[in-house]
Amino acid sequence: MDIKDVENLAQLARIELTEEEKKELLSDMDSILSYVKQIEEMKIETTGEPCVFTQGSPVVVNVWREDEIKVQEFSKEVITKQFPDAQDGFLKVKKIL
Amino acid sequence: MIDLKKLTIKKARKALDSKEFSVVDLAQAYLKEIEKKNKELNAYLEVFDDVLEQAKVSDARIAKGESLPLLGIPLAIKDNILITGRHASSASKMLENYVASYDATVIEKLKKAGAVFLGRTNMDEFALGSSTENSAFGVTKNPYDISRVAGGTSGGSASSVSSDMALVALGSDTGGSIRFPSAFCGVVGLKPTYGGVSRNGLMAATSSFDVIGPIAKNIEDAEILFDVIKGNDVLDSTTITEKTYTKSSVKKVIGVPWNLINQEGLDPKIKENFEKVVKDFEGLGYKIKDIKLPNCLALYYIINFAEVSTNLARFDGVRYGLHKNGKNLLEDYLLSKGAGFGKETRRRILLGTYVLSAGYYDAYYGKAQRARVALRKDFVKIFSDIDLILTPTSPIPPWKVGEKSDPLSMYLADIFTVTANIVGLPAISLPSGFMDVEGLPAGQAGKKLPLGIQFMASHGGEDLLFEIGKKFEAIKGI
Repeated sequence: MDIKDVENLAQLARIELTEEEKKELLSDMDSILSYVKQIEEMKIETTGEPCVFTQGSPVVVNVWREDEIKVQEFSKEVITKQFPDAQDGFLKVKKIL
Repeated sequence: MIDLKKLTIKKARKALDSKEFSVVDLAQAYLKEIEKKNKELNAYLEVFDDVLEQAKVSDARIAKGESLPLLGIPLAIKDNILITGRHASSASKMLENYVASYDATVIEKLKKAGAVFLGRTNMDEFALGSSTENSAFGVTKNPYDISRVAGGTSGGSASSVSSDMALVALGSDTGGSIRFPSAFCGVVGLKPTYGGVSRNGLMAATSSFDVIGPIAKNIEDAEILFDVIKGNDVLDSTTITEKTYTKSSVKKVIGVPWNLINQEGLDPKIKENFEKVVKDFEGLGYKIKDIKLPNCLALYYIINFAEVSTNLARFDGVRYGLHKNGKNLLEDYLLSKGAGFGKETRRRILLGTYVLSAGYYDAYYGKAQRARVALRKDFVKIFSDIDLILTPTSPIPPWKVGEKSDPLSMYLADIFTVTANIVGLPAISLPSGFMDVEGLPAGQAGKKLPLGIQFMASHGGEDLLFEIGKKFEAIKGI
């Protein structure tokens, strides 16, 4: 990895970094990535099964529920109060295109 | 005067029901402790200003003859669990002023049960860390030695219970975040089976690892709190029911992964303590079986980075949270995220972006997911002839604040705890004694640090963890 890679990742993740932060991150990431690279050596038998990890239930099940309207106690006021910028109760954002 | 040190939920219940003291008395006693200790320990980020009003409501319910296990019991809540109308910041600048607009399912249950919320506790920012040093609002200190860390990420919750600033507390566990600080602070911490407790209203760190659980002074308290918060929830489709996992017959065999324990890096005093504990269980009639477990840190961290970077993408300064104004929308994102996220959080977001990016996905994330499926199968085999797996909770004792500046060295401390999260197993950390600290100046000689052991059971096996925990407490004289 080099500093260009860090810049590219930061750009993808939309995080502004200072030059110093970039340098520090580069050395941290280098050492962390070379550690987690161990995963390459793990031998896994390929059984041809689909690679679906079923955390939560021992079998893959679809969790269905009826599409009913249930009143939930959300405070609209609390939600709208947190908008950084609002107009007439709507969230105001900068031009997208 | 209420003796908080010796107070348990059951003792408090009896005293409250027999009007020996009121919920207001009890809440006041805790507020007094907080007043005395929190400045130094920094366990609470906020102590709620309506604690006594909450207590009065519970007193009124008791006066009407209601008696529920947690009615009037004061507890602390980790800062990543939502309570309507209250701040919840995940110890991040990003959410410093965020106010929750709904109750987490666990909070809804606790409100119905009549529990009193004392405040929200400090943690590593967005539950990323092992020591609560990554909080944007200062480090939480270890009550046994304030120059040392309380462990993390639920460091505030563990520190508050350990120092009698709360009777019990809620934490969340992604890779050891309940068990690790519990071991460091000398208390009991349970990480339930994945899906055992609803995640609705818990801020997501690694969604496929996260679970909420209790931190308490003893097993009985942990069990009472767990019984109130557990259960299936339509708002979290990964929650399980009593029937999800079948119970296997008890074999009275404990597996010990000596291959991991005998590795370099385990503190000799922890090893000594651990070997003594193994003998204790042999003395209780358990058979100890040598098992092999892989080192799962690489696997754990790859999935952690990937899911963290995905989950935290939502904090963009648009709808809520910190907003920094730029020239255009892209600049808003860049500035808000740059200013809102702390060091470790950025590091993991970038690492997650890396392991998920085209060209690296197969080698890192794809491989990790395949390894995870294989590991889960291995555990079915492992648990076919043992009931429980015993390890130390941490390979090292609580370290000095600021001592571990290299992030990788801190990751390595999670070696024993991450496996339960990868596979979704329940696990518990129990206090297993103390170690002396050497080389202290004369005035501080005799200072001791708590140590912890960890039991893992197969899915849905919390009852086994409580049972063995009670046996261990009995021989330790707790």
